[in-house]
Amino acid sequence: MNEIVPAHNIGGYVPMIDGPEKVSGRAKYTADILAPGQLAGRIYRSPYSHGVIVAVDVSDALDVPGVVAIVTGADCDKTFGVLPVARSEHPLARDRVRYRGEPVAAVAAVDAAAAAEALRRIKLTVRELPAYYTARAALAPDAVPLHEKKPGNLERDVLFELGSIEQGFGEADLVREGSYNCAEVCQNQMEMHAAVAEYDAVRERMTVHASTQVPYYVHLMLSQILGMEMSRIRVIKPHVGGGFGCRTETLNVELIAALLARKANGTVRLVTTREETFITHRGRPETDIRLKIGMRKDGRITAVECECDQRGGAHGGYGIVTILYSGSMLYAIYDLHNVKYIGRRVLTNTPPCGAFRGHGTVDIRFAFESLVDEMAAELGLDPFAVRRANLLSAPTFTDNDLMVNSYGLPECLDWVEKESGWSKRKGRLSKSKGLSKGLGMACSHYISGASKPVNWTGEPHATVKIKLDFDGSIVVLSGAADIGQGSTTILAQTVAEVLGLDLSRVRVVTGDSEVVPKDNGSYSSRVTFMVGNAALDAARNLKSLLTAAAARKLEAKPEDIECLGELYRAGAQDKGATFDEVVTEALKDSGTITVTGTYSTIPESQGGKKYRGAAIGGTMGYSYSAQVVEVSVDEDTGVVTVDKVWVAHDCGKALNRLTVEGQVQGSVWMGMGQAMSEEAAYHDGLMITANMLDYRVPTIQDSPPIEVGIVESNDPHGPFGAKEAGEGSLAAFLPALTNAIADAIGIRFNDLPVTPDRVFEAIEKRRRTLGKGNEAGR
Amino acid sequence: MARILECKLNGRDRADAVADNVLLLDYLREKVGLTGTKTGCDGGECGACTVLIDDRPALSCLTLAATVQGRRVDTIESLGTDGQLSAVQRGFHEKLGSQCGYCTPGFIMASAGLLRKNPKPTEEEIIAALGSNICRCTGYVKIIEAVQYAATLNAQGVAP
Repeated sequence: MNEIVPAHNIGGYVPMIDGPEKVSGRAKYTADILAPGQLAGRIYRSPYSHGVIVAVDVSDALDVPGVVAIVTGADCDKTFGVLPVARSEHPLARDRVRYRGEPVAAVAAVDAAAAAEALRRIKLTVRELPAYYTARAALAPDAVPLHEKKPGNLERDVLFELGSIEQGFGEADLVREGSYNCAEVCQNQMEMHAAVAEYDAVRERMTVHASTQVPYYVHLMLSQILGMEMSRIRVIKPHVGGGFGCRTETLNVELIAALLARKANGTVRLVTTREETFITHRGRPETDIRLKIGMRKDGRITAVECECDQRGGAHGGYGIVTILYSGSMLYAIYDLHNVKYIGRRVLTNTPPCGAFRGHGTVDIRFAFESLVDEMAAELGLDPFAVRRANLLSAPTFTDNDLMVNSYGLPECLDWVEKESGWSKRKGRLSKSKGLSKGLGMACSHYISGASKPVNWTGEPHATVKIKLDFDGSIVVLSGAADIGQGSTTILAQTVAEVLGLDLSRVRVVTGDSEVVPKDNGSYSSRVTFMVGNAALDAARNLKSLLTAAAARKLEAKPEDIECLGELYRAGAQDKGATFDEVVTEALKDSGTITVTGTYSTIPESQGGKKYRGAAIGGTMGYSYSAQVVEVSVDEDTGVVTVDKVWVAHDCGKALNRLTVEGQVQGSVWMGMGQAMSEEAAYHDGLMITANMLDYRVPTIQDSPPIEVGIVESNDPHGPFGAKEAGEGSLAAFLPALTNAIADAIGIRFNDLPVTPDRVFEAIEKRRRTLGKGNEAGR
Repeated sequence: MARILECKLNGRDRADAVADNVLLLDYLREKVGLTGTKTGCDGGECGACTVLIDDRPALSCLTLAATVQGRRVDTIESLGTDGQLSAVQRGFHEKLGSQCGYCTPGFIMASAGLLRKNPKPTEEEIIAALGSNICRCTGYVKIIEAVQYAATLNAQGVAP
C-alpha cells in the first residue's frame, strides 16, 4: 500500500487554477455578458477642456428611434471618489466640465447604432474658462481654480524634514543635484472598461457587473450615487483583463451604466472604446523632480532633498495618497537620515490620474537611482558598492516610522551581480562601429498592502470563509479580485497546504457581493499578504474542526490526531479515518460547515505621525528588487535595444514560483514601456495618443529575455513568509536602463521616455559640441 | 443590406443573415455568441481578435463578415474540443503564457496558425508570428516558452 502523505502545494511551479477557462475562451469578461433585450450604453463626452456648463440639450437625441433613456448631470447631484476626503467627481459633469473627454451625458438604446446617432444629436453649451495643461500653468497665481475648495489648484502639498539636511549636506564629500521629468503613462490593460447594469424595478434592486479591482468600493459608490441602500445592490466582478491600478477606484463607467439602467428600467451594457479607456485614465501623473543628494567618499548618503510636482488631472482621485507615497517611500530601501521632501499634487485640465502599479514610488526611484549612479561614477565607486554602503539592517524602523522586518536586498544585489557577470563585464563590453553596449543597475521596493486602508471601518483587513459540505469539496469564499495576477490560485494553494489536500479538492468562489465576504480589493499588492493570511487562518480553523471530529471518530484525543490530508489517524499504527469519513463525522454537529479566517495588520506597521499623512507607506512587509540591464545603443539611429535583464526579487517566500516569475517579468517589462516608449501626450487637452499605435507599448519584438532570481527573506508576518511580488520590480528598470545607456555612450537621460529621437538628438548635440571643440583646437 | 453568409465555423456549416457592414468580430461575438474572441482596441492595434481564416491568422476586427463567404473560420472555441486542451492551450496554461487571459485567445490562434504551417518554429519565427499581438501582463518571456512547449507537445502528437 502506498503511504499516505500530506499533499504539498507551496513553493512549486503551479499553473493558475483558472487557466483552463482562459485558454479555452470560456472565461467571461464583462463585455461578454450578453442577454436578449439588453440595451447598448454610450457616453457623450466634453469636447471642451474647461468651461461652465450653460446647457445640455438632449431633446433631439431623445427623438432618435430606439433611444430608451438619456442621463445627464441633472440625474445625479452626488459626488464620488476613492478617498473620503477628496470626492470631487460627478459621474456626469454638473455645472462645469474640467477636461476633454469628461462624461456629460449617456444614452441607452436598443442597439449601438441608435446610441451613436443619439450622441451626435446631444448639444452641449459652455462658457469656456482658461485651461491648464501643465502643473506649472495651473499653479500660476492668477489661474482660475478648477475646484472652489482647492485654491491655487493645489490638491495637496506635503512638506517634511526629518533630521537636518543642512547638517547632512555639511557632512558630505560630494553634493549633486539633478532635475528629472517623467511623462504621464497609462495602464492600458488589454480589457477596455465595461459594465453591465441590471435594474429590477419591481424589487428595487441593482446588479452591476464591472471590470474592477475593487468590487467593494464600487458597491460603496453605487450606493452613494444612486441613493440606494447597499443591501439593494449586488456587485459582480467577472474575469478582469488586467488593471495595473486604473481599476483600484470606482470609475464613472460603472456608475453611468447603473444610472442608465435605472432610468431605462432595464439592463444596459456599457463597453467603452480603447480611446475612452485611455481617457478614463487613472495612470501615472507627469512628474517633475528636483533631487539633491549628499554623499561621503565611501558612498554613504548623508542627506536627501527632494521636490516633486505631479500633474494630477482634473479630479483628486488617489492624488493625495500618490504625492505622500512619493515622499514616504524615499525610505525603507536604504538607511537614510536627514531627508527633506516637498511634494505638490496639482489639479490640471487633463484626465484624472490614479494609482498605477508601483503607486507613487516609480518616478522618485528613477530620479534617486539615477543620481546615485552619477555620483558613484564621480567618486570612482562601483554602483553595487554604493548601494551596499547604504543598506538597512532589519528589523528596524525608518526615520519616518516605517517598520522593516525582512530585508532581502543584499541577496538581490548579490544575485544580479553574479548572474550578469557584472564584475567581469562592466565597462568591458564591445563598442563596435556605431553600436555601443552598456550595463546599468538599480534597486527598488514596494509595500505588501497599505497597513491602513483608505476606508477605515474598524473591521479586519481581510476576511475569508471556507465552506465544507457533504461532497467533501473545500470551497473558499473570498472577495479578493483576481485580475490576472493569480490571487485565486494563491488562496487555493494556501488552504490546500494547511489541510494537506490536493489542489483539485479546493474551489475558490470570488467576485459576487451576494456570496463572498467583503474585501477591500486588489491594490497596493495587499492580497497575498493580507487575504493570504486570512485564508491561512480560515484553513487552520477548519483543520481544528476536522481534527476534533477525527478524534471523536477514532476515540482519541485531538492532540494525538495526525492529519495526513486524505487520512486522519491517531498514531502511526492506527488505520485511521479517511478525509471523507472525517467530514461526515464533522457534519453531524452542525450540518454544513463554514469557518471564518481574518487578518489585521499590527499597529506598529501603520506608519507614524511625524507629519500629516505619515501613515502612507506603512505596511507589514516590503519587497525588494535589484536589476541589471544590458543595452545596445545604435549611435546612428538613436535606437536602444535591451539585450537582457537580470532581476532579483525578494518576495519573502515564493508560494508559487511560476506566478512570481510571471509577475516579476511583467513588472520589469512594464517599467521598460514607461522608460522607453510610453507617453500620454495632449494637444490642447485632447489626448492624442489614445490608441495602441501612438501609445507605444513594447511588442514581443521589442522585448528582452528577463531572467528572474527569487530571493526568500521569509518575512515573520507573511503567509508562509511571503511578501508581494507584483509591483516592486517595476521601478528599478527605469534607472537601470538610463544607467546602462550612460555606461554605453556616456550620455545621461533624465527625461522619460528615452525614445530614439531623444537619444539621436543628444548624440547629435554632443557631436556638434565635440566638432566645434575640434575646430577651435585647429 | 443583409445577405446570407455561408461559412464553415469551427468545423460546422452555418448560414446566417448578416448585414454587409458587419465585422467578422461582431458577427462571431454578437450574432453567434462566441465571445472567446476578444475586442481589445478600436481596430487593428492589438491582435486580441485574431482568428484563423483557412488556417491563416487574421484580425477579425478588420475583416468584414461577408468576406468569409465559403471559407473556414476557426476561433478559440474550436480548440481542445476532444476533452483535452490542445498543445498551444496547454503551453499557455502550463507555462503561464496567460495571466489576465484577455489577449490569450488572440495569441493562441496566432500561435496555432504558426504551428499548423510550421510545426518546428525557431524562436525568431515565433517572435515574428506574434509581432502584431499585444500582451500587457507577461512581458512575453513566458509566451515564447509556451509556444516552444506547444511545439514539443505537437511533435509528440498533440494537436496544435
